[in-house]
Amino acid sequence: MDIKAGLLKKDKRAAARLISMMENGESEAVQIIKECYGMTGHARIIGITGAPGVGKSTVTDKLAKQLRKEGKQIGIIAVDPTSPFTGGAILGDRVRMTDLNTDPGVFIRSMGTRGALGGLSKAVHGAVKILDIFGMDYIFIETVGVGQSEIDIVKLADTVIMVMVPGLGDDIQAIKAGIMEIGDIFAVNKSDRDGADRTAAEIEAMLDFNRSEEYRPPVLNIIARDNGGIEELIRLVEEHWEYENKSGSYKKKKSNRLKAEVMDIFRDSIMRTVHSMSENTNIINELIQKVMDKQLDPYSAADRLMDEFTENQRHKF
Amino acid sequence: MDRPIRVVVAKPGLDGHDRGAKVVARALRDAGMEVIYTGLRQTPEQIVETAIQEDADCVAMSILSGAHNHLFPKVVNLLKEKGIDDVLIVGGGVIPEDDIPGLIEAGVAGIFTPGTPTSVTIDFIRNNIKRK
Ligand code: B12
Ligand SMILES: Nc1nc2c(ncn2[C@@H]2O[C@H](COP(=O)(O)OP(=O)(O)O)[C@@H](O)[C@H]2O)c(=O)[nH]1
Ligand SMILES: [Mg+2]
Repeated sequence: MDIKAGLLKKDKRAAARLISMMENGESEAVQIIKECYGMTGHARIIGITGAPGVGKSTVTDKLAKQLRKEGKQIGIIAVDPTSPFTGGAILGDRVRMTDLNTDPGVFIRSMGTRGALGGLSKAVHGAVKILDIFGMDYIFIETVGVGQSEIDIVKLADTVIMVMVPGLGDDIQAIKAGIMEIGDIFAVNKSDRDGADRTAAEIEAMLDFNRSEEYRPPVLNIIARDNGGIEELIRLVEEHWEYENKSGSYKKKKSNRLKAEVMDIFRDSIMRTVHSMSENTNIINELIQKVMDKQLDPYSAADRLMDEFTENQRHKF
Repeated sequence: MDRPIRVVVAKPGLDGHDRGAKVVARALRDAGMEVIYTGLRQTPEQIVETAIQEDADCVAMSILSGAHNHLFPKVVNLLKEKGIDDVLIVGGGVIPEDDIPGLIEAGVAGIFTPGTPTSVTIDFIRNNIKRK
């Protein structure tokens, strides 16, 4: 299968295989994305985050269906946790998106967090670019949003929808942990349940404390299961987008995002170089042993590693 | 191979028995595989599309309703029609012994009936997936 040609012809198999290659860290995948990078930048990226079970997949499904009615092409990347013990995962988000499976204008991909160093972030960045090149108008990223790697992924989005449910409880913890700063729009899902208005008011009060910028995230009650409030939610997404562009904060965000990505890739490549260097010289283990024996302190050990690395790089040229 | 095997676990047709599919899904996860669980009432077209988008190594279907002779071959044929020949197809559930040879003939690589230890299924998938 010629993957690049397939991707450009909008062959879903090619896109799917390329995403796998990216997940598995194959350099050939990076090469293809390099060659097609000029085609990226069309898609709007929407992050959907919130605690497990709040209805993220249902919201994504309903948003996608609404946008499909307007003729938009939709990509969805749904992230679920990988078991740290077995490396396996049950990726169950598609259960809520069954009718989208056979829609030619939709591509859904489930991903495990896999837990490797920077692995998830790199894979999701890659998948977003692949779906962008594919020609999607909107790309949704659904993730639980706990743990640094997942928060980093959410930051990849142009607009982040934080999904919550009535009867906060657990969510209060999340708010304390600084999650409040991530959302551009707060959607109180399952507003068919008691206490939805109170929860919305509580979130508003939290925003009074936590958000000082000019942009004030709106709080919206929705019932995703019954499609309630979905059109309004899309309107808020568009409003946020307009604000971001008018205020110039999109430009800033994008530049920060690209910086973070480049530095991520750079860090990753340094780490890989250092590890492969150490495969020959065993320098990492030797330095660790010296720190163990108190012959070295950790700071000096890191300095030595840096010296070795620079020396190693100099020999390359 | 250091990448996880990706398996779509699907319930084709109107059959609502999902315990077996969930048991299998968990067992495969515990064996280190990435399981894409689709839920109940999937059409063969939906299963095939899911396998494509998820770039699955294996499609594992569970049927307890008796519709296996119709639905399993349909998925096999749809995949063939799309030119997909590198996906392993297995099935399980309440399936009479007499039906098994016909299903294998139709292109289902393995059938696993009640009482089969999940370790047997895991080994079968590991040993028979077509991509490295
Ligand atoms: C529990 C059960 C139910 C529960 C289901 C609960 C649920 N959510 O799953 C309830 C009460 C809802 C139910 C309802 C019905 N049931 Co019922 N049910 C059973 C029963 C007793 C056990 C099934 C079960 O859960 N086993 C435990 C699980 C873990 O085992 P398993 O599914 O077999 O899976 C194992 C293997 O088969 C294999 N496996 C299964 N799938 C897969 C897939 C892959 C890829 C692999 C590798 C392996 C694999 O691995 C698993 C682990 O070892 C069976 C009888 C039986 N002994 O099988 C009847 C049975 C399946 N039911 C039957 C019937 C008829 C019905 C009803 C139509 C009854 C009615 N008239 O209303 C309804 C239909 C429901 C529906 N919507 O489809 C019949 C089916 C007859 C047939 N095939 O011709 C059976 C066989 C009973 C009988 N002898 O008549 N049922
Ligand atoms: N009562 C109610 N339940 C909902 C609503 N939206 C989703 N759910 C249910 O919440 C459960 C979890 O939904 P899901 O989308 O999988 O949540 P996720 O884990 O955040 O992706 C499912 O059983 C949904 O049917 C809603 O608006 N009201
Ligand atoms: Mg979900």
